[in-house]
Amino acid sequence: MWELLKIELLKIFRRPRTYIAFGAITAIVFLVQLALKLDGKSYIDLLLSNLSGSFEFSDEFKSKLLNGYLVCFAILTALLIQMPLLVSLIAGDSIAGEANMGTLRLSLIRPVGRTKYMIVKFLASVIYTIALLIWMAVLALFGSMLIFGTNDMVVLRSTGIDQIAASDVMWRYFAAFGYAAVALTTIAALAFLLSVFAENSIGPIIATMSIIIVFTILSEMNIPFYDDSIKPWLFTTHMVAWKGFFYVKATDDGVTITGSIANLPAILKSLTILLGYIAGFVFIAIWVFRKKDILS
Amino acid sequence: MSAIISVKGLTKNFRELNAVDDLSFEVEESVVYGFLGQNGAGKSTTIRMLLTLVQPSEGTINIFGKELKKHRKEILRRIGAVIERPDLYKYLTGIENLRIFATMSGIKASEKKLMNELERVGIAQRAHSKVKTYSQGMKQRLGIATALVHDPDLIVLDEPTNGLDPQGIADIRNLIIHLSKDLHKTVFISSHLLSEMELIADSMLIIDKGKKVVEGKVNELFDPSDMIVQLKTTDNASAIEKLNISDLKKFLYHKSADNIILKLHRDEVPLLVKRLVQMEISVMSIESRHSLEDYFLSLTTGQRHVGAS
Amino acid sequence: MNRTIRSITRKKRNFHLIAVLLLPAFLSFSFTEAQTAQEVIAQIKAKVEKVNDYVAQGKLKTNVAFIKAPVANVKIYFKKPNKVRIRNTSGISFIPKGSVNISLDNVFTDIDSYDVIDAGRDAKTGLRIIKLLPLNDTSEVVLSTLYIDDSKILVMKATTTTRDNGTYELQMTYGRYADFGLADKVIFSFNTREYKLPKGVTFDYDTGGTKAEENKIKDRKGKVEIDYSDYVINKGVPDSVFQ
Repeated sequence: MWELLKIELLKIFRRPRTYIAFGAITAIVFLVQLALKLDGKSYIDLLLSNLSGSFEFSDEFKSKLLNGYLVCFAILTALLIQMPLLVSLIAGDSIAGEANMGTLRLSLIRPVGRTKYMIVKFLASVIYTIALLIWMAVLALFGSMLIFGTNDMVVLRSTGIDQIAASDVMWRYFAAFGYAAVALTTIAALAFLLSVFAENSIGPIIATMSIIIVFTILSEMNIPFYDDSIKPWLFTTHMVAWKGFFYVKATDDGVTITGSIANLPAILKSLTILLGYIAGFVFIAIWVFRKKDILS
Repeated sequence: MSAIISVKGLTKNFRELNAVDDLSFEVEESVVYGFLGQNGAGKSTTIRMLLTLVQPSEGTINIFGKELKKHRKEILRRIGAVIERPDLYKYLTGIENLRIFATMSGIKASEKKLMNELERVGIAQRAHSKVKTYSQGMKQRLGIATALVHDPDLIVLDEPTNGLDPQGIADIRNLIIHLSKDLHKTVFISSHLLSEMELIADSMLIIDKGKKVVEGKVNELFDPSDMIVQLKTTDNASAIEKLNISDLKKFLYHKSADNIILKLHRDEVPLLVKRLVQMEISVMSIESRHSLEDYFLSLTTGQRHVGAS
Repeated sequence: MNRTIRSITRKKRNFHLIAVLLLPAFLSFSFTEAQTAQEVIAQIKAKVEKVNDYVAQGKLKTNVAFIKAPVANVKIYFKKPNKVRIRNTSGISFIPKGSVNISLDNVFTDIDSYDVIDAGRDAKTGLRIIKLLPLNDTSEVVLSTLYIDDSKILVMKATTTTRDNGTYELQMTYGRYADFGLADKVIFSFNTREYKLPKGVTFDYDTGGTKAEENKIKDRKGKVEIDYSDYVINKGVPDSVFQ
């Protein structure tokens, strides 16, 4: 198993295409950091525009607010919407690409079970996804911490402001990245499933993105009918649950409780649903693939 | 000699299309077995079923005396194959490609062993170049190397000389002969070129539209004293019926509503004519067509100048 | 929405004005104090004027319906006549507008620009009520009402209505620094504008908050509590702090 996995990783990480994603992330993160470094004040003013009537915001306040934690949060919010494309770039290619190169048939006439082959392929996609995420974490979190320093983190939500003490932030990021890994693995699993049906990788990538876009629209629209029926079950609804780690509990007089999570059961429920999706996608992919006639 | 491959009643339907239809054949140990047919005759589908890439609709496949379905891994460990023209991993080097497939066959090959393998197919000097820089012929050679790297007992090659220059074709031919005669491997090789098969194959199977046309040893199939005779009657159906229950049945070679082909020795032709009259088969014409080889050739190249009416 | 809020504020203001206009006349009939309002104010002013500047350590607690924030360690700087700065020494604090009034000093510094009106005593607490009406029509402050413990010469509570930033209330508790008129604890109550950020901007993780939570968010009363632990008085504060 390990030998096979090494092969798959070699195939992924020796491929120029793989580094497009790493390059894209590097570029996006760097551009956001650069923009905020040069003109963070405008961004902060925009964020605070709704509050400036009630509060006094000094320049010192603003520069403290624009710290590495906030910048990372902003980058994550933006990037985790784009990341599925980068994940499907590899996961969508994992079977379809082999079919396209004519190596699928050469691989499947080796004494390796198709189930095992699929599991290894999927694991390799997951490892790639996590590697991408770690790279992003290094750039977006540690990079921003270096550039912007650290301070209390202020999370602006549509329903209020959650302020977290600087010392209480780091573990939340680790939890959030852990969760994001699962969320992106869901995308990888979807792209992987679609990859089974195609003989070139463009199809699964486009199909994955299309499904995500449709689901996201359904998730974001506030239509009562969808809200109660299908929305709670769409995986896209649960993709953003990483943010839940930055929503805190407070005492009756509004003091943040250190180490608290506002709604852990909701996050765990989201996590369970995503894991269910992953299991479902991978199971169907393997089931279909086992029966599939390889004609590529 | 025991049968390495034994196929019975093999059938594959893709929705409407009957790609392989009730095919049965046996391949004996240490022979070069030619598998001939036009493009689209069902060769590729058959080979894919032998290699578990395609699931048969019906029929059984036994390889090395074991049922393929039940002993898949065990059997595949002993098979090496190249199917059509693989592109391989273009962004990796030749030797890296080879190592990947060696590992997938469960062997840990040393650098030296891999280089030897590349040497055998004549691309050792380009071992460390990326495959995307290879010519079509080099890719084909590398493909063959991947089929041989785990020292298989049965080698399945699907149109191995496709896209090769004459020197390349000769090299592959010599390699196949070497594998068979010196190393006693069984080679199952498909082609649409009879002339090529004649040079290397010991036995041969010709299929057309998914059905077996003929199977046999090459030296027997291509006996020059054999003749092929096309019969035209007023009522082919009843003629076939009558032939089927007569002593002439052994001559019947190919029969269809518009085509009755008989294969017989030159000396037997007068007897045939006599018996046809006796059996009251209303013969329109009886023509000796070209040699058997020409007939096969017509089947395998798609120029159907025999039996076309 | 905003329009209704504004009109409510306006009504309130009108009400205050009427109350302010009526109260003094009403009360002046009932009894006469030993000290006039002007005298009480003068005494407080004298006390407050002993402090040229101070730096105080404190813990700041924000209690606004839509904000969850940790307790912050803050330093409060003051310098005559009316410079006040609350600085969070480590983290971030949302400081409400008008918090300059936390010191009240600015009121006493230019007390001459106010009409001092005696409004008698609070029935429950027995505190002296003195209203300050700015003479200048364009002044930001519309009305300040001080609740004064005249035995200790300390302002216990102050309500200030401003032109643009609503009404604030200050509640003071005194201890070690009572002699300087400096409180150990100040509760600053204020009104916030309604908080609203569109979901399309925040991309929230929606866990389906309850109606009770949503209503709580709509509460526009806010409080900031400062617990002073330590004052350093009249040791000089550089002006740069206030920039």
